[in-house]
Amino acid sequence: MTRWGPFEITRRGLLWGSVTAAGGSVICASGSSVAQSSHLADHSAHSAASPQTGHGSAHGAMITVGEVDEMRNGFETAKLLTEWDTGTVSRLPDGRVLRTFEVEGYDKEIEIAPGIMFPAWTYNGRVPGPSLRATEGDRLRIVFRNSGSHPHSMHFHGIHAARVDGVPGAGLTDPGGEFVYEFDARPFGCHLYHCHALPLKRHIQKGMYGLFVVDPDPARHPELADIARSRLLGTPENAEWQEFAMVMNGFDTNFDSENEVYAVNTVAHAYMKRPIRIVRDRPVRIYLANVVEFDPINSFHLHANFFDYFDQGTTLTPTLKTVDLITQCQAQRGILEFSFKDHEPGLYMFHPHQSEFTELGWSGMFDVVEAIA
Amino acid sequence: MNEVSHITAANPTSGPARKSRAALLWLILPMAALGLAIVWLVATNPLQRFGNGAPPVEALTFERTILSDDGIRVLVRAGGSEPMTIAQVQVDDAYWQFTQAPPGPISRGATAWIHLPFPWVLGEAHAINIVTNTGATFEHEIAVAVPTPAHNAKSLLSQALLGVAVGLVPVAIGMMFYPALSGVGRDGMDFLLALTVGLLAFLLVDAAAEAFELAGESAAIFQGQAMVWLAAAASFLLLMAVGRRQGAPSGLALATFIALGIGLHNLGEGLAIGAAFAAGAAGLGAFLVLGFMAHNITEGIGISAPLLKKRPALWVFAALALLAGGPAVVGLWIGSLAYAPQWSALALAVGAGAILQVMVEVAAYLMRSDGRGSAALLAPATIAGLTTGVAFMYGTAMLVKI
Repeated sequence: MTRWGPFEITRRGLLWGSVTAAGGSVICASGSSVAQSSHLADHSAHSAASPQTGHGSAHGAMITVGEVDEMRNGFETAKLLTEWDTGTVSRLPDGRVLRTFEVEGYDKEIEIAPGIMFPAWTYNGRVPGPSLRATEGDRLRIVFRNSGSHPHSMHFHGIHAARVDGVPGAGLTDPGGEFVYEFDARPFGCHLYHCHALPLKRHIQKGMYGLFVVDPDPARHPELADIARSRLLGTPENAEWQEFAMVMNGFDTNFDSENEVYAVNTVAHAYMKRPIRIVRDRPVRIYLANVVEFDPINSFHLHANFFDYFDQGTTLTPTLKTVDLITQCQAQRGILEFSFKDHEPGLYMFHPHQSEFTELGWSGMFDVVEAIA
Repeated sequence: MNEVSHITAANPTSGPARKSRAALLWLILPMAALGLAIVWLVATNPLQRFGNGAPPVEALTFERTILSDDGIRVLVRAGGSEPMTIAQVQVDDAYWQFTQAPPGPISRGATAWIHLPFPWVLGEAHAINIVTNTGATFEHEIAVAVPTPAHNAKSLLSQALLGVAVGLVPVAIGMMFYPALSGVGRDGMDFLLALTVGLLAFLLVDAAAEAFELAGESAAIFQGQAMVWLAAAASFLLLMAVGRRQGAPSGLALATFIALGIGLHNLGEGLAIGAAFAAGAAGLGAFLVLGFMAHNITEGIGISAPLLKKRPALWVFAALALLAGGPAVVGLWIGSLAYAPQWSALALAVGAGAILQVMVEVAAYLMRSDGRGSAALLAPATIAGLTTGVAFMYGTAMLVKI
């Protein structure tokens, strides 16, 4: 009984963990740099100083073992937070912006927790699919190619014509086919898109969903133009914000209509093992959507802080003020705004307040650091 | 002349040599054909065409669970077509850190220990769920979490005492009825022998059912159902052959076979109790022990029945009691030290075969003991004995069911 040899494994696990943590924090740091940060060098230095074990211990022994091979996955959980697909922009004859997105659907096995492979159906090879971002009033053209093994579609939550609704008979494409969805970006807010092929549950659970964010056009909201500008990607007001895309999802790996893995942005405990770097003085905005299948409700709870919530993101003033927990039904989504300005630096947890989801992978940490001179 | 004699001398030996060479050739030829078939199978891999990209079928059985201060340890055995990789482990719907020994993929039929530093709660239930790399899950329930007893001289001694209490003592008590029974007439004898068959019938059903249940819990690689049938049949036939070497057994020989059959059953029973100890799942209270005792007293009476016309020495009784009751102690030890469902199933199956043999022999003895033949089987005293035996065993078995 003494020859179980857990010590050797543990030591190797720690070694492996610290190596990947170092690698991961570099990724994390570069992710932050996309999030309007220019302090890459300092971030790397910081992450080198906060090894894996420190974060893990905050969660006790209740955590997945090992690391996900993000190279093999082809997407990095740190980058999912801050990567926005703004398409290619051109002008229509009437002067309006035409924004064209290219999305390809295909089958891909992804690692959703260390060592657990999931035969996913993806948009652009990632789960969640690309976070599409447009500005209110843009003309959108989404070219969807189906390279998968099943018929797929893109159903957008937003306002559009029936013939581009992405349901069977209106934009469903067979394998090898292509469909172009075209409509105007409205209303502004935090939306999502997903495959609406049947059976619906299976197509969503397999990973075919993503964020669809429409930024408000400040010119259309003169009374709240400043707020609108802060949401509009590319403005100096927006650059001040640390914005993150988070899609709450889950995976049923054994087909029993219950999820074995819960996560935000797919990989169990990803932000637990590699906390999300936040500069203390700058406000935080989270675009949050719930696409978890099989469980009707998901939630988001922030530790040691309160936030304002914009349900569906379709208003410029909060629909809920000063809360530390919001619940979202499936496909519900919204914008969270908060700040750690008056907090001391450190690790602050966020997770759903369904303990089961938390313990099965959906939990993360904000690593609040001092502003850099 | 010399030459001729040489030839004639050589001829008789070369004949059989050629024959044996030919026999050897007929042995080698099919073997070579088999070898060629294997080479062809490996080289061309015709099975490849049947591959459809589906993940391999996986199977995982839990053989042992140990709860201690430093958490939970489970011994798992892999089944399925290919080596299995354990990716993550959940305890009570939470991913939990674990270590595996030996690490890496578990090959078909092999075992590995999973150690979880989980703060389990005394007296409560916990569920372990192992997730493999393909996302398949294998659940194991710990119904009532209690610390697994550590093994030392003291615990082995107390287990031995328990084994004596549930195995040896009741058999000995049953045998103490011997003097009271020795004066019975023909009907009394019929009744007692039929009582033995009745109690054995109950034990046969009980042992077989339990063997099949345990076989179901064991890894598929052991082919539990077939193993139980084959082991029971083999032990039945073997004991029949041994028992009939010098004609149908009677008297002491028959009593010995009864004791052996009951002993094998008690071994299986001991394994089950020991395993319950090891799993920490048994609330083995005084009531349970009392139940076992009452249950097993009949066994002592059954063993004594064929001896009523003899008058064996006291040591014979002691030896028979030891043969029938002693295996309970051994079973308890083995069960608590190295429990695995397939071994318990095997022991119970062997016991079931042995019991069947004894039933046949006792029935045969009953038929020929006073020359009535099959009529003796339907005598009122026989039917009464059968019914009483089964009913008594059934009734006392209620005491030990939890």
